Amino acid sequence: MRTILTTATMTVAALAIGVGAAAAQTPRKGGELNFSVVAEPPNYDCHGSTTFALIHPIAPHYSLLVKFDGKDYPKVVPDLAESWTVAPDGMSYTFKIRSGVKFHDGSALTSEDIKASYDRIISPPQGVVSIRRAYYSDLEVSAPNPTTVVFKLKNPMAGVLEALASPFNCIYSAAKLKQNPRYPETEIMGSGAFALVEHVKGSHWVGKRFDGYFEQGKPYLDGYKAFFVKSGAVVPGILGGQFDAEFRGRNPSEKAQLLDKMKDNLTVYEGTWVNNLMLVFNTTRKPFDDIKVRQALSMAIDRWGGSEALSKISILKFVGGVMRPGYSMSLPEAELVKLPGYSKDINKSREEAKKLLEQAGLKDLKFKLLNRNVAEPYTPAAIYSIDQWRRVGVTVEHEQLETKLYQDRVAAGDFDVAVEFQADFMDDPTAQFSKFLTKKTSPSGYSGHNDTKIDEMYEKQRRTIDVAERTKIVRDMERYAITQAYNVPILWWQRIIVNHKKIQGWHMTPSHYLWQDLSTVWLAQ
Amino acid sequence: MFWYIVRRLFLVIPTLVGVAVAVFFLIRVMPGDVVVVKLRADGAAISEETIQAERKRLGLDKPLYVQFVDYMVGLTRFDLGKSLWTGEPVTKEIAIRMPVSFQIAIMAGIIAVLIAIPLGTISALYRDSWVDHTVRVVEVSGLAIPSFWLGMLIILALLSLFNWLPKIGYVPFWQDPIGNLAVTIWPAASVGYRYAAVATRMMRSSLLEVMREDYIRTARAKGVWTRLIMSRHALRNALLPVVTVIGLEFAFLIGGLVVTEQVFNINGIGKLFVDATARGDFNLIQGLVLLIATIFIFVNLLVDLLYGWLDPRIRLT
Repeated sequence: MRTILTTATMTVAALAIGVGAAAAQTPRKGGELNFSVVAEPPNYDCHGSTTFALIHPIAPHYSLLVKFDGKDYPKVVPDLAESWTVAPDGMSYTFKIRSGVKFHDGSALTSEDIKASYDRIISPPQGVVSIRRAYYSDLEVSAPNPTTVVFKLKNPMAGVLEALASPFNCIYSAAKLKQNPRYPETEIMGSGAFALVEHVKGSHWVGKRFDGYFEQGKPYLDGYKAFFVKSGAVVPGILGGQFDAEFRGRNPSEKAQLLDKMKDNLTVYEGTWVNNLMLVFNTTRKPFDDIKVRQALSMAIDRWGGSEALSKISILKFVGGVMRPGYSMSLPEAELVKLPGYSKDINKSREEAKKLLEQAGLKDLKFKLLNRNVAEPYTPAAIYSIDQWRRVGVTVEHEQLETKLYQDRVAAGDFDVAVEFQADFMDDPTAQFSKFLTKKTSPSGYSGHNDTKIDEMYEKQRRTIDVAERTKIVRDMERYAITQAYNVPILWWQRIIVNHKKIQGWHMTPSHYLWQDLSTVWLAQ
Repeated sequence: MFWYIVRRLFLVIPTLVGVAVAVFFLIRVMPGDVVVVKLRADGAAISEETIQAERKRLGLDKPLYVQFVDYMVGLTRFDLGKSLWTGEPVTKEIAIRMPVSFQIAIMAGIIAVLIAIPLGTISALYRDSWVDHTVRVVEVSGLAIPSFWLGMLIILALLSLFNWLPKIGYVPFWQDPIGNLAVTIWPAASVGYRYAAVATRMMRSSLLEVMREDYIRTARAKGVWTRLIMSRHALRNALLPVVTVIGLEFAFLIGGLVVTEQVFNINGIGKLFVDATARGDFNLIQGLVLLIATIFIFVNLLVDLLYGWLDPRIRLT
């Protein structure tokens, strides 16, 4: 079994405007790609980061063991690994590593470097932050010879290859890690397609082609420059020729502004995004400890109508459950509409919501909706939800706070209902369900419920290697989570990328963390 | 004069110590944890253990009084500590952003002086004429239009008329004068206009007041040319309050270009201040507040010295 999720399907629709036959052209060498990044990483360490602000400028400097295929997500393809085999019991993965791979300082990359990097992720030395250590805690790494790496599983684990394809699992030099385990925080020394030229904090990041890159003939670009700008500066920047791309995503209004002025020079990609906004009910507070109230509040929201209305003004678009709509393990629409809050008959749904509130003894429910003071997409989602609740007689006060204050309040359980988001680099249920669990199992189980049934289902799917069987468990878990309504998704995001049409060889995936090593990107002009 | 400067310089020390103590404790009242903001970033599930380990590494687990003593001891060695966000020394973070903010403040000051002194003088000389009314419209517009909004209009105009925006990134003037001015002239113009409006208003009212003084009347009665009266007597005396305004505005501009820097993508002190505050980077906020306080103190000192040069009576007292 080379990939766990080979049957997964994708619904990324790419609308190319003005591309013509360019996609079929032979890649052209040369040129510098200028793009913007709407945030800046605090340091350079992939293992201690969770942000695209690190991935977009830094991913081109590093290689991974394996990576997601940008053209065929969620297929996992080789990077440093040339090939791999999986033991029949699924308890061991053996990777054959490419020979002749060099780091930017000219030293050879061997299996020891991969082992050292994964050891740093799984058991970080003191002072090193490894954000995902728990995710990989079932793995043991060994390097029997310079071209072989073996991952042994202490327990059965689903989605191993996908987990190893994390864009945050940069491969560092074992020799340098030995000298200073924290060197990746302040120094760039990888084996990726580009070497670092300079980083001017607060301003920009420059990379140049690494001639010793292991893929023959790549990269095509001479270099790239990433500009750190505020989100509002992206559209004027593209219009004014300051840069040609932004790889996270724009909203419909920005897309329209760009198309209005530069239609013939742009390529637009649109599709689903592995991000959603959800409502978190604080079950440690009354009346949100009552399932009737939570279900009623979910049922009052017209998600289908909201999808149509909000998608015109924000990045909120797709109706879905806990898993991204269109993903192979997500609930089909026919099943989703049977769950509370997903009916297409909103009038009937609201009548039921009113009855449930009455049964709960709440005629004039009032509460506060805690939110970030970030306009897109948090504000429209909250305003829409508040208006929907008003229609069933619920009065809600919108409380928007600066992100750090919001995070403090949510983590401390100091809220009634909160607008929270889910984002990860892949669709795997082990990643996507983390906010639906009890706080004992997941630090981001903000709803504070103690329902261990969902934790048990989570653990079961995590340990089930058979895809069909795992899909069944995941769908049961999704039904259960939405019915219990500790957290309920509002809408999934749409990813809209508007780049200059001269940029070729870049493919949009449903995750803004993936396919950013720029090794395949080239400029048509 | 020498002892006056020495005395003033000595007074800087207790002032800065007071600022350092106040800012240390006041910003700690501010809610929010830089470690949580940094690690959680795009909403990741971070264990409490990881958060506590990072807080320990940054020394944030130490009692407040220990942190305070460390900070004050560091100050005696001109060590402002390290940014809790990037781990780089605070002085380095500031040094990257200082040149561009400093240059824009100076350019805005020059624009203000070049506009304010002639316009304020003309406005006062031709009081209540159409010239005066025109200048006052320009001046009131400058006061009423926020700098950042004017900046946005400039950007829109550049985009609509020329389909062009200056390149992002600061290049020192001596390396590439044209590239440098292409980046800095627009924010300097947008804040310089408001700055000029304030100074023009001050120049006009100050000159009108001086023109009513007995010594001007006496000079006129003696038949001295108006041009000579203006250059020798009136302007020099009228400049005193204008110098104060220009000095204070300059000090304000070093850290106060918050929104304008965002509009023009300028990597300056104002943007750094906003980012540091949003992230709860205490060490960086402390360093920036101290920097701005120091600039205010030295600009005030400079203004006082200029007073002495402009008005010998002040020098003598």
